[in-house]
Amino acid sequence: MNLPALLDCVSSSSCVVTQVSTGLIIGMLLFLVASGLTLIFGVLGVINFTHGSFYMLGAYFSLTAYRVTGSYFDAVIAGALGVAVFGVVFERLFISPVYNSNVLMQLLVCYAFILILDDVVKIVWGTDFQTMGMPATFALPPIHLFGGFVPPFYVFLTGLTVAAAFSLSVLVNKTRFGKLVRAAAVNRQMLSCLGVNTSLLYAAVFGLGSLLAGAAGALAAPVRSMSPEMGFSILIESFIVTVIGGMGSIIGAFFAAVLVGIIRAFGSIGYPLFTDGLMFAFMALVLLVKPTGLFGRKLA
Amino acid sequence: MSRALKLELREIDVSYGASQILFGVSIEIEKGATMALLGRNGAGKTTTFRAIAGLVAPSAGQILLNAKAINGLSPYRIARAGIGYVPEDRQVFPEHSVEDNLRIAKKPGAHRQVYWNLQRIYEVFPTLYSIRQRAAGRLSGGEQQMLVIARALMGNPELILLDEPSEGLAPIMVQQIARLLLRLREMGVTIVLAEQNLHFCQTVATHVTIIDKGQIVLRDKAENLERDAEITRRYLAV
Repeated sequence: MNLPALLDCVSSSSCVVTQVSTGLIIGMLLFLVASGLTLIFGVLGVINFTHGSFYMLGAYFSLTAYRVTGSYFDAVIAGALGVAVFGVVFERLFISPVYNSNVLMQLLVCYAFILILDDVVKIVWGTDFQTMGMPATFALPPIHLFGGFVPPFYVFLTGLTVAAAFSLSVLVNKTRFGKLVRAAAVNRQMLSCLGVNTSLLYAAVFGLGSLLAGAAGALAAPVRSMSPEMGFSILIESFIVTVIGGMGSIIGAFFAAVLVGIIRAFGSIGYPLFTDGLMFAFMALVLLVKPTGLFGRKLA
Repeated sequence: MSRALKLELREIDVSYGASQILFGVSIEIEKGATMALLGRNGAGKTTTFRAIAGLVAPSAGQILLNAKAINGLSPYRIARAGIGYVPEDRQVFPEHSVEDNLRIAKKPGAHRQVYWNLQRIYEVFPTLYSIRQRAAGRLSGGEQQMLVIARALMGNPELILLDEPSEGLAPIMVQQIARLLLRLREMGVTIVLAEQNLHFCQTVATHVTIIDKGQIVLRDKAENLERDAEITRRYLAV
């Protein structure tokens, strides 16, 4: 524990700005992964343990696209869409057969793919750490904000994620697609009896969740180094975010992700050896006070 | 409302695991008819409906809609072929508003025909209009029953399956549902309803089929039920 360092930081505006902006981008990336996870769980009832690997694939897809095209925007699209397509194929071939199976069977399928995809990444991209570096578009001087400095890419990442969160919430709450998705979450069979192709709907939801994870990977690529194990650690953090926010709640995932991001950012100064522990402690605290998570509702 | 319609069940068997529920059930329904499938609890009414709706696959026999086999199709394909299903336990989407429950079910009929829309539904079901913003889970049983009938109509079906629409409702509500079904019958909607309530069936049905222990024991016109009093007593009396 290093309380003096933490006190030093919170009394300096530049350190606060740096840590808050770092916390925000951690939170934004976590939100993108966790919202897909929570969406898939909320509708399909499947915990997609492979979700972290989708994030990893998004990062590597975008790395390759960036090296080929030199355009970071192409890289983001390649990461997001590439993983979305992969997710749909994965759902149709491997997840749809286990919808009605025991959760252990679902876990087994997902865990197998965590290992398979890690190996695929090792074969295709190698075992070494890889970096994309800051794309030329964002290689600009940092922005001066509240007495601190924020890299322009952080602003872009945060803005894009907030826009994505808003769009996702409109999609789920206001559109016909969203109404069908929420109806499928409650009673898939009845929805099917009303003429809705629920297999297609499930594949679309899984694809959307995968797209979000792929986008997160692509957005993380300029600020994170890539390695074949990167999927697993974000999976655990995303679970924590999902549990804190409330299983199935997108707005809950957003607030939980920001809180976890901030806790990590300041925790790394005050409690550098206990950052993960702080997240778990926060999760335990939330569960003690509200067992369904911040925005979770009691299951009927 | 549309072209000639005929639903035909030919000798269907249905089993759940090791226990067989239906034994060679054959039923024919012509366009515009209202057929009541009568029987005690456990006689096989709901299973017959679930087989027609595609929720359970017959192990033998065929289900034909306008001479095309529909058994083995997914429920959504059967719905799109023109069969609307109103399950016994209603199954509203509880957190969606009344209007969203209706909107979710909106689709053109099997021949792309669109007769039912929100406006027509609200004309026939004025009660639903007044509660259209309310969450469906907070409606009374009778209101939910109206909602699920209306929801089935929103898919512009050629035939609707109603599983025990009068069950658990107050007598005044049962009368209201009966009046509604008569009105739908006048409009030419083909209806198959599962019932235990003989009086209700005599009010609304044109044809009656009695099922007992998974087998059809009587087929007749509803007006002849008095004549079949002995049979109805044997198979329906508790």
